[in-house]
Amino acid sequence: MPRSKRAWIFTAVLAAGAIAMAFPFLWTVITSVTSGAGLSATPSLIPNDPSLDAYRTLFSTTTFGRSVANSVGLALAVTVIQVTTSALAAYAFSRFEFPGKRAAFALYLATMMIPMQVLLVPLFDQMKSLGLVNTYLGVLLPSMASAFGVFLMRQAMASVPRDLDEAAMLDGAGHLRTFARIVMPNVRPAMATFGIFAFMSSWNAFLWPLVILRSDELKTLPLALASLQGQFTTQWDVMMAGSVVSIIPMLALYIFAQKYIIQGVAGSGIK
Amino acid sequence: MNRGATLGTVAPPASSAAARSSRDGRKPGPTARARRAKTTAIAYLFLAPSAIPLIAFVVVPVFRAAWASFHTWNLISPMKWTGLSNYRELFTDKDTLVVFGHTLYYVAGTLPLTFVGGLALALGLNRAFRGRNLLRGVYFLPVVTSWIAVAIVWRWLLNPSVGVINTVLTNVGIDGPGWWTDPAWSMPSIIIASAWKDLGYVMVLLLAGLQTIPEELQEAATLDGVRWFSRLRFITLPLLSPQIFFVVIISLINGFQVFDQVYAMTGGGPNGSSEVVVERVYDLTFRYGQAGMASALSMLLFAVILIITLVQIRGERKWVNYA
Repeated sequence: MPRSKRAWIFTAVLAAGAIAMAFPFLWTVITSVTSGAGLSATPSLIPNDPSLDAYRTLFSTTTFGRSVANSVGLALAVTVIQVTTSALAAYAFSRFEFPGKRAAFALYLATMMIPMQVLLVPLFDQMKSLGLVNTYLGVLLPSMASAFGVFLMRQAMASVPRDLDEAAMLDGAGHLRTFARIVMPNVRPAMATFGIFAFMSSWNAFLWPLVILRSDELKTLPLALASLQGQFTTQWDVMMAGSVVSIIPMLALYIFAQKYIIQGVAGSGIK
Repeated sequence: MNRGATLGTVAPPASSAAARSSRDGRKPGPTARARRAKTTAIAYLFLAPSAIPLIAFVVVPVFRAAWASFHTWNLISPMKWTGLSNYRELFTDKDTLVVFGHTLYYVAGTLPLTFVGGLALALGLNRAFRGRNLLRGVYFLPVVTSWIAVAIVWRWLLNPSVGVINTVLTNVGIDGPGWWTDPAWSMPSIIIASAWKDLGYVMVLLLAGLQTIPEELQEAATLDGVRWFSRLRFITLPLLSPQIFFVVIISLINGFQVFDQVYAMTGGGPNGSSEVVVERVYDLTFRYGQAGMASALSMLLFAVILIITLVQIRGERKWVNYA
């Protein structure tokens, strides 16, 4: 077989695979605009009578809109806090020599090996005694720091020339100023990579919010989505509308920040 | 659950900067000592905002979980010391074996699917052609969606009576199974949905590895008439071994912690046919008021994950062929 023909078949196979991969997304959208899907109507590839009924039902009969706001707010807060705390620690690890540095760094790394599931019971008990069950703060507190973020930012800061901070120091800048004005602007890509990663993790987080949040008004999107199943057992148009609402922000983020997202996912694994 | 927490488990090279800490042998004078004390204080101030939450909400709870595993406890009344009885009960209880079995079933089902699929995609999408980035983007898309959305979407696709997959199967004359409503098919349903979501993740990890393999190596082999399969077997795969090793390890670590999609897709059912370890930890704690037992079970899971992590740390040094 000629080389070009083989390459063409190859590409066709990959494209067919991509269509198969994308089909669940397509079917989700189609179902969400097929009023009565699963009950009285069967969705078809080209919806013959598209309607936004399911979205109307979703936002008028449930607190789904509130859940969208909760997820946005929490994810933004987690992102800002984690980027800040991680960058500060990364600065300490990349710019200072101090007793206990090695032990401290080892401790940070060790926390990355501990799965959330192990912390579930004691963390819940801790939040209960602090009176933080069913509060935003209860979700937020355990996600204030990320060892992965520290590790990522430290690597980026290590490649920022020290001459830059020394020059700033000679001009009378303190550490906080050097950190904010000299080092941080030079690690923007790492900051973006980790920031988006933190946002996505928070947006999609399920187990801990499930444990700590009880009332409907406080629920985040994944929780609200999971409870739709109990409420709309066979109204698949409504459930698919909920899925579309939860997927779209990630899709938008992905289109605009594909490079950083892939770096965040791959960068953590590749040396 | 923060998947990022496990993403980073690959051990980085130890900080070499720390080794330099006592570089000047000179005896520090009083001013030098004061300056060093000040530097130390500043360094710890920079660490505090992340160190305090990590200690309070990760390090301390781990020890508290270990402590709780030796007690009978329902989260309400005070803990009662019962020594090893939780562990003894777990080891003799058939349910423990069952939930670990389901978890293993999940890992054994998803890992080969995502690995073979991800490798094929990485190899295919590493070549230059028009539309490559678009295809990569499509394959990666499920990775950024939440497990809950994925689970619900697949419950719909795999709906036994009105789902699109069974409808298509009926049209070609196959009687589709009951998927997540059938105890025999609940785990396969979860595995299919999970493989669809994780495929792009494995692809990206392997692609990053493929890009480090020098192109001249492949070209030279091609010129020498080495066949595609031999090139794959003797050049690509050996040079890709660090990433392959990492993919296997990270899939094992994430796989043993499977929860979200099980909770949303089957809730562990029908008849407990898809109950996994973390689901059991959750149920023991919040449904049956057995937080002590749940802690013991979570410590067992932790032990498994720790063993995999140790294998990783050793294996990275030993049998990975670094280019």
